[in-house]
Amino acid sequence: MVKFHFSRKQLCIPYALFLILFVIIPMLLILFYAFTETVDGMIRFSFANFVNFFTSTAKLSTLLMSFTVAIISTAICLLIAYPLAYILARSKFKRKNVLLMLFILPMWINFVLRITALRELLDLIGLLGTQNYLNTIIGMVYDFLPFMILPLYTTLEKLDNSYLEAAADLGGNKFTVFTKVTFPLSMPGVISGITMVFMPSMTNYVVSDTLSNFNITILGKLIDQYFTTYDNWHMGSMISIILLVIIFITMLVTGGFKDGKQEARGANLW
Amino acid sequence: MAELRKDEKIIQLVNVTKAFDETVAVENVSFYVRKGEFITFLGPSGCGKTTTLRMIAGFDIPTSGKILLNGQDITNLPPNKRPVNTVFQRYALFPHLNIYDNIAFGLKLKKVPVTYMNDKGEKYVKMQKLTRREIDEKVKNALAVVDLEGFEKRAVSTLSGGQQQRVAIARAIVNEPEILLLDEPLGALDLKMRKEMQIELKEMHRKLGITFIYVTHDQEEALTMSDTIVVMKDGCIQQIGTPTAIYNEPANAFVADFIGDSNIFNGTIVGKLTVRFCNRNFKCVDDFEKNEKVDVVVRPEDIKMTDEDSGMLVGRVTSVVFKGVHYEITAMVGRSEVVIQSTQSRNVGDVIGLVIEPDDIHIMKKELTVNKYDGYITKKNTVVFGDGEFECDVTKLYPGSHLDEEGYLVTADGEKLDLTDMDVSVEVGLQDIELSDNADEGGARGHIVQLIYKGDHYQYIVRTEENEEDYVLDSPDLWNENDYVSVKIRPENIRLALKQEKQNG
Repeated sequence: MVKFHFSRKQLCIPYALFLILFVIIPMLLILFYAFTETVDGMIRFSFANFVNFFTSTAKLSTLLMSFTVAIISTAICLLIAYPLAYILARSKFKRKNVLLMLFILPMWINFVLRITALRELLDLIGLLGTQNYLNTIIGMVYDFLPFMILPLYTTLEKLDNSYLEAAADLGGNKFTVFTKVTFPLSMPGVISGITMVFMPSMTNYVVSDTLSNFNITILGKLIDQYFTTYDNWHMGSMISIILLVIIFITMLVTGGFKDGKQEARGANLW
Repeated sequence: MAELRKDEKIIQLVNVTKAFDETVAVENVSFYVRKGEFITFLGPSGCGKTTTLRMIAGFDIPTSGKILLNGQDITNLPPNKRPVNTVFQRYALFPHLNIYDNIAFGLKLKKVPVTYMNDKGEKYVKMQKLTRREIDEKVKNALAVVDLEGFEKRAVSTLSGGQQQRVAIARAIVNEPEILLLDEPLGALDLKMRKEMQIELKEMHRKLGITFIYVTHDQEEALTMSDTIVVMKDGCIQQIGTPTAIYNEPANAFVADFIGDSNIFNGTIVGKLTVRFCNRNFKCVDDFEKNEKVDVVVRPEDIKMTDEDSGMLVGRVTSVVFKGVHYEITAMVGRSEVVIQSTQSRNVGDVIGLVIEPDDIHIMKKELTVNKYDGYITKKNTVVFGDGEFECDVTKLYPGSHLDEEGYLVTADGEKLDLTDMDVSVEVGLQDIELSDNADEGGARGHIVQLIYKGDHYQYIVRTEENEEDYVLDSPDLWNENDYVSVKIRPENIRLALKQEKQNG
């Protein structure tokens, strides 16, 4: 009888297959399409898409639009989520998990349904069709706020109270304790919150389409158009690559890529 | 600066109570700390010592009472406004700052008055932050005090526990506080390190000359380091005194037991400077009221061993353990266990005489709430104690057990036990004893030696003839002194506990 010996390594096979099929091969395909063009039915190597992107005002303004939408949405999310997470995490209220649940609950409702409902609401108060940009921001914030609250809450909740006591003991008032200890120590949460909100707000065009009546175009929308409407896979792939690089740079800047310890990350911005 | 007087009270707690929700952590505590003193709060966990420290630091605000610093009320002052710094139990070094920035944390926030001269030659004072140079200097000095020169740029996580401990101390002392609070600072260190740090802390205290308030549950640490020890239990102060006083003259049985090893006996004062315990009268040096119930504490090293004939007590050795410097010998004297420390050894089974000098007998007043006896179970499943024999419920010794028809106890697991001669400790409440003039009715007989009127009832002491055992009881009925009575206790009111498990298949 043949005996099957399963080593631990073999357990990786399903995931490795998945990785190759759905991540590595598509990535290579995107790279391939991004740096090629089709001329007379022939595919050839080219930087044309790259040059095209950075010389087209329309595309650059879309990039700028995505950027501003993402930055403003992320900033608003942070401004709303931080005080909330702070109060929730530091309160002595025994059932704070229930409160937290209330803020997380919208995530359980279908995304399209939520956005459609928001559209109706904006219509009701007269913003729809008049304030496209504002509506898009409102939609992004509404949609991604829980992703900001959760990591912030988790970090602040785990924050050892003795650090805050030590800071007060050494002469810090409430404000300096916050700026010099609480906030720096919550940086890992801030960074993962930013990452969780910034990236999808650059690409989630369902929100911008629905709430701006297709008036606001963000990068995600552009990629979609090139693949489906214009049937130009080369340009679509190039924009995807550019988006990838932008996200990569954002992560480098926020320090999310550094695999040092929490404290090192926290110290980076200070 | 004014001359510091050694007897100046730097901090004073007045009737301080702290309650968290329903539980009272510190109850009506009052004491003061002299300037420059090394004072230790000592007690088991949950005794309120850390809460007291936290109230001095300002992390907790007392529910009632006052805290005075140099005579000024600081009860409600936030921690950052107090000239007090804390070394935390788990150090609480800021992980996002390096060693330099950790130590400089307080200095960077500090403002000091600086005197300037304006154009007209008038002097004026401005509060201003320390300069970079001043901070550098102070950090360097603090690091030198804790022997960590050159560690400025290191990250907290790269330091060992002992080094982090030192940084925590440096971070606190660099602010030149009037009082340094230390919350079990050595708790996380290994034994050898702890011993070294004890000496260093003591040395630091001597050099810096500031007041140290130290919290620990380690009695040896407290005895080694402190000028004054405050022993706490259940939120109340048990005793305040020098290490010597606390060790030699413990205020009560708790302190005696907590500080060092002790033999604690139930005793009764039977005459002028005479105390009775272990069925024998001893001369003592503490003057107490006759018939008072007392705890008698004898340190194991104060009991001397002699031969059987010349001992005041006679016991049989049940165990001998070598402890390095001395032997720890346990002997049974009657039904009480006595621990002796001696440089001489004995063999298990030896019959030895024990001598206790009057000076070594420490007597403490006992708040009597219950009668305690040593007893044993008889063949008939009754219990013998206090010169009497009483009906009792032996099945309570083993939860879920019952008696079979032959009188053996069957445990919940179905094991059959013969309880005959098993040693038990017996407790009987003061209200649970009744008196009768029918001598055969009760389990023990004796004369009423004392009665005290307590407002709505009388408290009696009945003493037996044979071994002079006492029964203390509260009763609304009136009896006369010297009445010969018998003592009745209902079986359900006799609380039994096993002294040691005896297996008898």
